[in-house]
Amino acid sequence: MEDIIISTLQRAMVAGTPLLLATTGEVICERSGILNLGVEGVMAMGAVTAFIVTITTGQPWLGVLVAIGAGMAISIIHAFASITLQANQVVSGLALTMLGLGLSGMIGKPYVGKPLSIKMDDWTIPYLSDIPYLGKILFTQSPFFYLAIFLALVAWFFLERTRLGIQIRSTGENPRATETQGVNVFRLRYLSVLIGGGFSALAGAHLSISYSKSWIEGMTAGRGWIAIALTIFALWNPGRAIWAAFLFGGIFVVQYLMQPLGISPNFLAMLPYLATLIILFLISLKDPRKLNAPAMLGEPYKRGER
Amino acid sequence: MITIKTTDRYNITAFRSFMTIILSLVAGLGVISIIFLMAGVNPLHAISEIFSGSFGSIYGFKETLTKAIPLILIGAGLTLAFRAKFWNIGAEGQLLMGAIFATWVGLTFGELLPPYFIVPLIFLAGFIGGGLWGIIPAILKIKYSINEVISTLMLNYICAELLTMLIVGPWKGKTRFGFPGTNNLPDSAILGLIPGSRIHYATLILAILCAIVLCVVIYKTRFGYEARVVGENPDAGKYAGINFLKTSLILMAISGGLAGLAGVGEVAGIHHYLGYPASVSSGYGFTAIIVAWLAKLNPLFTIISGIFFAGILVGGDAIQISLGLPAATVEIVNGTLLIFLIMGDYFLNHKITLQFSHT
Repeated sequence: MEDIIISTLQRAMVAGTPLLLATTGEVICERSGILNLGVEGVMAMGAVTAFIVTITTGQPWLGVLVAIGAGMAISIIHAFASITLQANQVVSGLALTMLGLGLSGMIGKPYVGKPLSIKMDDWTIPYLSDIPYLGKILFTQSPFFYLAIFLALVAWFFLERTRLGIQIRSTGENPRATETQGVNVFRLRYLSVLIGGGFSALAGAHLSISYSKSWIEGMTAGRGWIAIALTIFALWNPGRAIWAAFLFGGIFVVQYLMQPLGISPNFLAMLPYLATLIILFLISLKDPRKLNAPAMLGEPYKRGER
Repeated sequence: MITIKTTDRYNITAFRSFMTIILSLVAGLGVISIIFLMAGVNPLHAISEIFSGSFGSIYGFKETLTKAIPLILIGAGLTLAFRAKFWNIGAEGQLLMGAIFATWVGLTFGELLPPYFIVPLIFLAGFIGGGLWGIIPAILKIKYSINEVISTLMLNYICAELLTMLIVGPWKGKTRFGFPGTNNLPDSAILGLIPGSRIHYATLILAILCAIVLCVVIYKTRFGYEARVVGENPDAGKYAGINFLKTSLILMAISGGLAGLAGVGEVAGIHHYLGYPASVSSGYGFTAIIVAWLAKLNPLFTIISGIFFAGILVGGDAIQISLGLPAATVEIVNGTLLIFLIMGDYFLNHKITLQFSHT
């Protein structure tokens, strides 16, 4: 029993990792005022590029870098449409998701079902990994796990404590006032969308080269959309995103734990999506003024207009 | 020095609007050509295959019309929702829920009732199923301010799992030799086809009627006006005393209901039983988003844009076979065209002039 609990929690951390990465990226993006519904598609692009580069070169970290580059590159489409052309951000993000899912399916077709032989070793943190229970759950994990937590903390520090981060936040709250301070709103929003895209792709890379070690079309399975919901649940705070993502990782894993109990696997597969609705419901009971939503989220900014 | 100057354009003519759409589609096809080139396929050949596969032969055109039926139904419903800025991304789930309701009614009462009774009944059941699945996100949005993009999407996944649960479990048919799926619907519940095609004409007529009626609803009724105000100027709507909950519930019942009707057509017209979600609908709920957008959110125009995108689906199938391109190709075409359509809006709404000056 003890072993089952430990291994469940350990796997919850693994399942939560891509959610945390994508949520952190979306938090930064939305803080600048741009809603990016393309996460799912960018994640798929990240997964397929990381997989192809890794399987052909044998260099997983090169795969990660290329994936981040590809994620940023494809996100430019959303940035250009929603920032420069002031297009509807909902539709533009959806289009990005369609394109990302389609392109990844096309590029990845020859690689479907191929196993990845390159192993990414877990990082065992000296001394800490010897702590009973916690050592196995928190300190014997894939490098992505540590990276995700580290980046979430960096993102928190960046948004709350650095000049550039504060400028990004004020861009999402009041772009016109920010512009009068001599800040280039367009440039900051582009930057935020690109950072968000890089994070989504990194989440995808984790899925294909570390989590499942294979590529199949549609393997993101709605995780990008869940990350968008987690962004709300985390109240646009990367620090809160950490526990929100791992809580959800737990819900993904609990399916496998409950399967032997004779519950319908289809019902269990529903759980993450049901849970997403439930957390959004719980958040809605909060005072909306305490939600912290960026005031200008989703509103195009027109320069030189009052 | 060249500077780019943009000014808002206020006099948008129908002709300019039409030309913008055409140019956006052409530009989109240009980018798609580049993607085809990179995939090692001659783009001119591929694009002409797509359109000759769907519009170039009688057989192809019949298939195109068949696939246009769900796209027109769903697309027309989405124009209403999108006008109220209710981003219903859940038509896929609403279609499946309609299919589930229709299958239940068909299997339960099909043997007992004559066709002229059962066919309207399954359409009604499908409308109710899709409509109920559609009003859930409306309640969640208005009462609990839950973002409808996320809730409708989550409901898609939930409905797909629910359907699978039914067809592998309690509804599993004895005639399916152990494969998941319900029994075939009784003959009385099966829709008639235009001979030599798969066009279930009852649904086609229904789709065209719905598009026309919805056009009247949006432009000529108080409800349609209120739906537009909710989308364009919610503050004014509040002052004018528009009941947001009531308006959203009705428009999502209609939008979801029409998707449900599409589900009825797929089950009772094409498959004759309820199978896996991916076989009931090949992503019609998502493609219809582009159908609605291409129609400029006018339900009447979804008849044309629905046929156009049905053509891309059919042509996409054709080039999968003839050129060995993956199924995802259609998604690339759809996504790219949607991006260019929304980008085109900027050039429709703004006048862009280049100014040359000496420095």
